[in-house]
Amino acid sequence: MSKLKLKLSFDKDCVTKPVIYELVKKYDVMTNILSANIEYGNRGNMILEIKGKEENLSLTLEYFKSLNIKYEIYAEAILWDESKCINCGSCTAVCPTQALTMGKDDLLHFDKDKCVVCQLCINACPIRIISVEL
Amino acid sequence: MRTIAEINEKIKKGKAVVVTAEEVIDIVQEKSYKKAYETIDVVTTGTFGPMCSSGVFINFGHSNPPIRMQSILLNDVCAYGGLAAVDTYIGATEVSQKRGMEYGGGHVIEDLIAGKDIKLHALSSGTDCYPRKEILTTINKDNINQAYMFNPRNAYQNYPAATNSTNKTIYTYMGTLLPNYGNITYSTSGELSPLLNDPYLRTIGVGTRIFLGGGVGYVAWQGTQHKVDVERSANGIPLVHAATLAVIGDIKGMSTEYVRGAVFDKYGVTLFVGVGVPIPVLDEEMLKYVSVKNSEIYTKLVDKSGNVNIDKKYNYAELRSGTVKFNGKAVHTAPLSSLDVARKIACTLKEWINRGTFELTEKVADLPCESVVHPLEIREIK
Repeated sequence: MSKLKLKLSFDKDCVTKPVIYELVKKYDVMTNILSANIEYGNRGNMILEIKGKEENLSLTLEYFKSLNIKYEIYAEAILWDESKCINCGSCTAVCPTQALTMGKDDLLHFDKDKCVVCQLCINACPIRIISVEL
Repeated sequence: MRTIAEINEKIKKGKAVVVTAEEVIDIVQEKSYKKAYETIDVVTTGTFGPMCSSGVFINFGHSNPPIRMQSILLNDVCAYGGLAAVDTYIGATEVSQKRGMEYGGGHVIEDLIAGKDIKLHALSSGTDCYPRKEILTTINKDNINQAYMFNPRNAYQNYPAATNSTNKTIYTYMGTLLPNYGNITYSTSGELSPLLNDPYLRTIGVGTRIFLGGGVGYVAWQGTQHKVDVERSANGIPLVHAATLAVIGDIKGMSTEYVRGAVFDKYGVTLFVGVGVPIPVLDEEMLKYVSVKNSEIYTKLVDKSGNVNIDKKYNYAELRSGTVKFNGKAVHTAPLSSLDVARKIACTLKEWINRGTFELTEKVADLPCESVVHPLEIREIK
């Protein structure tokens, strides 16, 4: 079983298509929509996690290409350089899923599973130690 | 009643009892004020937050032939050229002429303290006694004469928490504030914060020896915008901006663990500065002040877009919990100043005093106990 985290960008022609249904039905992949901002009849984007057999994930990407859906593959989560962190907490102000939180020990905690790679923390970090690998 | 001289005698003999402003809270809860007062001599405090009004005076030494520097760049960040020939002041918020907001005065100061080489480029119109018109070289903290931090305003006694009433994200010195009261940020070390432990500045004044940036520093003066005549809680703690300190200290003793250049997104460059003040427990009244806890320290909430006058205050225990109720909804709260580093500062200061390497000082003069902060009027030029 493999896993991919993707940012999909739809233009107005493909937002009318039942893409997620197709992924499940045709390619047997498990989908988890982490964030979506789609207006019917307009453009939109989605952060999507897919799990499945490696060949099915490749076919899924081919399917996106065929529909002209642009995709970027994310690293699993943001990269946080813990050794340089001053634990100020500024990044927690913008994290929408509470992947970044201040613990009872007053240190920054990062829960990789909750991260939707929205990247808001990258610029909110005053020390510039958060990045993302595409 | 005990005096600072008596405390210093104990420090010399290694007999002074020193605890941090967090530790004292538990001690007072276990013992009575009277008993705790009998044992505790000094309480140490600490804070590590973004403090824009900070900078470093530098003397570069003279080149041969000499130059009277008028336009000065350090790693492409402009430093002040209006002092004597090879003196300058680099301010924390100045931004790089090449890299913009991603690098600035705060980062130059951090790099200087780290011992890195800094590119110096200076221009002059040339004079009979200073004929050189341009210099390009590198400097570091070991080959310059003096480099001392002088921060016109640090260690704000209290600071309002910030939120945003508009329907757009705003980018401020209080961090990124999400639309429609989407979050609240605050900046304090609360019960560990120097001036919250001596709300009327009984023991802190001109000449007070402090921890500054990892080294030893001094309170030089009242900080800019110093204000004491403000709204206070019954325990004397100000509910808004109040007292501030101007501080001074040699950067050669400092460490980048306690001085860090920083960027506030779409706002600008600043500097995280570590400040710690030792507070002598002169009497039971001082013990009451230093044992204040987060749930007793309130701050007002301010709309940073400037549109809405919010009448709401929270204490720091509530803000630290991660969510507070606002307009009936749970709103996420986030700190901007590092409690972890503040705690390290208070512990380091405690260790210095315990080792006998740091003695307390009597203040030379009080900070003003009456002061007004004037707004800037726009007046017609005649």
